[in-house]
Amino acid sequence: MSTKHILTTTFVLATSFLVYSCGGEGDKKEETTTAEAPASMVEEEPAANDKGYGKFQNVELTNPLDEGMIAAGKKVYDVKCGACHKLNDEKLVGPGWLGVTERRKPEWIMNFVTNVDEMLEKDPEAQAMLEVCMVRMPNQNLSDEEARSVLEFMRQNDMQKQ
Amino acid sequence: MKKLLMYTVLGAGALATLQGCKMKSTESVVTGNAAAKTYVAPGQYDEFYNFVSGGFNGQVSVYGLPSGRLLKIIPVFSVFPENGYGYSEETKPMLNTTAGNIPWDDQHHLTISLTNGEQDGRWLFANANNTPRVARIDLTSFKTVEILQLPNSAGNHSSPYLTENTEYVIAGTRFSVPLGEGDVPISSFKENFKSTVSFISIDKEHGNMNIAFQVVLPGMDLDLSRGGKGPSHDWFFFSTYNTEQAHTLLEVQASEKDKDFIVAMNWKKIEEYVKSGKGKKVNVEYAHNHFNEETQHAESKIENEVLVLDHSELKDMIYMIPCPKSPHGCDVDPTGQYIVGSGKLAALIPVFSFDKLTKAIAAKDFEGEYYGIPVMKYESVLHGEVKKPGLGPLHTEFDGKGFGYTSMFLSSEIVKWNIETLEVVDRVPTYYSIGHLCIPGGDTKKPWGKYVIAYNKITKDRYLPTGPELAQAAQLYDISGDKMELILDYPTVGEPHYAQGISASVIKDKSVKLYDIAKNKHKYVTMGEKEAKVVRTGNRVDVYMTAIRSHLAPDNIEGVYVGDEVYFHVTNLEQDWDIPHGFAIKNNPNAELLIMPGETVTLKFVPQKPGMYPFYCTDFCSALHQEMQGYLRVSPKGSNVPLKFGIGETAPGVAAK
Repeated sequence: MSTKHILTTTFVLATSFLVYSCGGEGDKKEETTTAEAPASMVEEEPAANDKGYGKFQNVELTNPLDEGMIAAGKKVYDVKCGACHKLNDEKLVGPGWLGVTERRKPEWIMNFVTNVDEMLEKDPEAQAMLEVCMVRMPNQNLSDEEARSVLEFMRQNDMQKQ
Repeated sequence: MKKLLMYTVLGAGALATLQGCKMKSTESVVTGNAAAKTYVAPGQYDEFYNFVSGGFNGQVSVYGLPSGRLLKIIPVFSVFPENGYGYSEETKPMLNTTAGNIPWDDQHHLTISLTNGEQDGRWLFANANNTPRVARIDLTSFKTVEILQLPNSAGNHSSPYLTENTEYVIAGTRFSVPLGEGDVPISSFKENFKSTVSFISIDKEHGNMNIAFQVVLPGMDLDLSRGGKGPSHDWFFFSTYNTEQAHTLLEVQASEKDKDFIVAMNWKKIEEYVKSGKGKKVNVEYAHNHFNEETQHAESKIENEVLVLDHSELKDMIYMIPCPKSPHGCDVDPTGQYIVGSGKLAALIPVFSFDKLTKAIAAKDFEGEYYGIPVMKYESVLHGEVKKPGLGPLHTEFDGKGFGYTSMFLSSEIVKWNIETLEVVDRVPTYYSIGHLCIPGGDTKKPWGKYVIAYNKITKDRYLPTGPELAQAAQLYDISGDKMELILDYPTVGEPHYAQGISASVIKDKSVKLYDIAKNKHKYVTMGEKEAKVVRTGNRVDVYMTAIRSHLAPDNIEGVYVGDEVYFHVTNLEQDWDIPHGFAIKNNPNAELLIMPGETVTLKFVPQKPGMYPFYCTDFCSALHQEMQGYLRVSPKGSNVPLKFGIGETAPGVAAK
């Protein structure tokens, strides 16, 4: 998160708190703030963060791949992901998965599949994909363990096809 | 409106008088900051859930208070094409009865499950008046999960009311009927007609209902009832009318006696008597329908036996308390000490004392017998009378601060009175002709005591006119001060009778958001789009279909013939809150489906003509919702179009890359 972003957020939070606590009486500063054209839901100058937004900041990768996790990840894929993501590089509803582990950090992937709404709100890469796909990725309610298994399955998919 | 006829004779005069008086205008009764008290800002939650019976729509509606916003309609006893209840294969068995599938009923009373006399917010019980049944609604999913038909019953009006720990749901009959074969002369009412009370036991953990036993009483109309509380825990009280035992022109003939009765029944003693092996098993037939949340499928079972006890064998367990003028409400105050009878045609409200009742029973202070049941002396059990409360008292709720609030149908008002001193302390007009009223928790040991809601029978000029048929009118009053204050009018759907209110905090955090697809044990679940398929077995075609933003798979199906029985088993693969998908197919004489995340629901379609049948998602789900569509090709019977199906590159006729 850039300093500018933090500052903006703090300012917005502070002013909205003021408006709230004033019970609508309001002074002119707030009126000016609220009278501005509504901002797009999409952040204009998002901060770059290649790990995305969410609780995963340090994912340790296995070497070699964990077969148990791959199998579990495939099971999750078949039920919750396969309707929209192919395993090659073709876009169906969402992008094909081939190469995803090279394009994205493991943390970014884990954050995106477990924390879709915040990612779509803040992460520029996720937002760019939304503009391509035009369908918000559903939050498929994956547990941390399931998300990690899916990541392992993606890594295996990438290695297999190279 | 149903009560109207009953009052026509007496009411005509009274109403004329009322209309002659100058009614207060809305402006004069709305005082203070009513708007601020009912305004729930965008994004904010209401403080209370208000579960309101749907009357002639057969459903239960859920409002938020104090805003009066309609949050949901829960389908219970009537089909609901807008979400497929009663139309989907999974829910059809819920409406099964021994008389076949019945798509409608009349839903009057509701009660939220209790623990130690306080609302626990686990289940909501609802009665069906016409074809006697009791339903249980799960308050985590807001779904009807069980419906139990009641044998030996007609006009299941005195129902469903609870004992203090939800040991039993009690259901009494309005119409007396002959037990067993009903083919007897109507004029043989006195010999052959009986009223019955069903004691439905409730499984503590899962809430499952079972008829534990039925008590047979002399022929009369059981109107309403309440369980005791605290000191009166072991007792149940029923109001009665038509103890004259008329079978025609009840309007006149059932109002001949000056007093009918409140039946006081010691259910604890009856329960012990049953446990000692007494009672007679009787062959009957009744449907017991249960929605299995794991398989997501309802099953209807026909049960064959019920344990019956005649009042004549229940010595020292049942007593009659004389109560003036065809009592309607029979309400027990939060302390469990006072029982309030509301004689519909009385000009006073009698309040009975439980202490006096037990003392009089011990002293055998009886004035006589009614079919062998001891009748108490009115004065011996009376705590006192509320004098000149208004006209046509119907129901009483309590605020937990020592006051009763009684609805007055004929004089269109709520009257607040002191339970100890029996003095009227306040009254407010209602618009118009109030029936039931509800204080959240106002029938329990612990009322929330902030609001009272009036459910009015007549609407007239309260809203913009909408032709002859108008929405029903509810009114919200703030009762936190000494004076009741009208703060909101809100229209309601169906025809509300009784309602329940409960603090949102008890329920809201337990609300189910979605179904875990990993736990979906539906027989026809499709676990992922890869499993989507179409299977033909003779003329039955099972479509295993998945739905996820924004496509249905398969979306091209060919090789289905006229007369085939096509079952669309649609599994919603979404695992996010508030992402249902819908399903509908052209020319299906049925309904649509709404499928919640992780659920599988089945719609049956029997095409009658060859042609192209588009199907699509009916619940706006995404930017590409409008693209969420497909085709079913139906060919003439006997043609040789092969069964093919797919989506995208697997669709029939599309070459794979």
